[in-house]
Amino acid sequence: MKFGVVIFPGSNCDHDAYHVLSKHVGQPVDFVWHRDTDLSSYDALVIPGGFSYGDYLRAGALARFSPVMNSVREFAARGGLVLGICNGFQILCEAKLLPGALIRNHDLHFTCAHISVRVETSATPFTSELESGQILRLPIAHAEGNYVCDEATFAELKRDNRIVFRYCDEDGALTEAANPNGSRDWIAGICNRKRNVMGLMPHPERACEEMLGSSDGRPIFQSLSNTLAAMQER
Amino acid sequence: MLLVTVYLLSMKAKVYVTLKPSVLDPQGKAIQHSVELLGFQGIADVRQGKYFEIALDQSLDPKGVEEAAERIAREVLANPVIEDYRVEIEE
Repeated sequence: MKFGVVIFPGSNCDHDAYHVLSKHVGQPVDFVWHRDTDLSSYDALVIPGGFSYGDYLRAGALARFSPVMNSVREFAARGGLVLGICNGFQILCEAKLLPGALIRNHDLHFTCAHISVRVETSATPFTSELESGQILRLPIAHAEGNYVCDEATFAELKRDNRIVFRYCDEDGALTEAANPNGSRDWIAGICNRKRNVMGLMPHPERACEEMLGSSDGRPIFQSLSNTLAAMQER
Repeated sequence: MLLVTVYLLSMKAKVYVTLKPSVLDPQGKAIQHSVELLGFQGIADVRQGKYFEIALDQSLDPKGVEEAAERIAREVLANPVIEDYRVEIEE
């Protein structure tokens, strides 16, 4: 089992993801440069947070044209697991690997805070170690996290149980105050139809050690690892 | 010959990208508020968009210019999930 963490010019959460996967999950990890195109040795990829290409044009818009992204598309089509965090989520939406888009926060602020999210489904390779309804304390740090999509996409996301995380208050309630960026239906993370690609705005990789205020992010990476282990046993 | 070159070099694609009417534009709202604070009245709405000027060189077949600009707008400059675009070719 091997993980790859993709680095674009401007990625800045790559080392956090690497650290979590190597130290806490205990699996081999490589950094993958955005010009690399051979992903054949990886089982799962993390598209980390940051400001790829300075967020020029739209967040994630230019990263989509990096050479590695064609390979990521093929990797995902073959069933490889892809986790996009924050800017990684924005990149996956721009690359059409996930539906919808992330626009400017409704209050225009860059919001940096620990917030609560509710696990909406454990039926993904990224949340198998979590329980539906469980509340996680995770940090967010973004200015473009306001998830939007058209009616048909929204209906499909709900019908197929593809909304993976929702922002909530400490008790799990969907209150207006608990929505940090104006996202449609409190959406904090979604997955694709095949459920092997997930994006979320909060940063689980920054919440894997109690010393950092929360270790609630760790089960997401552990889920990935356990899913891969189970797949390889079969 | 020089004149011809200058003429071709000055060919431009202008692309206007605007948020779809259904997408909220909090930046536009903030701008509207500032404009009103300045004392202007009768402002019903402000929507912020993007404007691109693409200078084209003579290597492009003039017949293909509009199609190329249209593709650039659709695939790069605008995100059709949230934005509309309009292309103008200026010769």
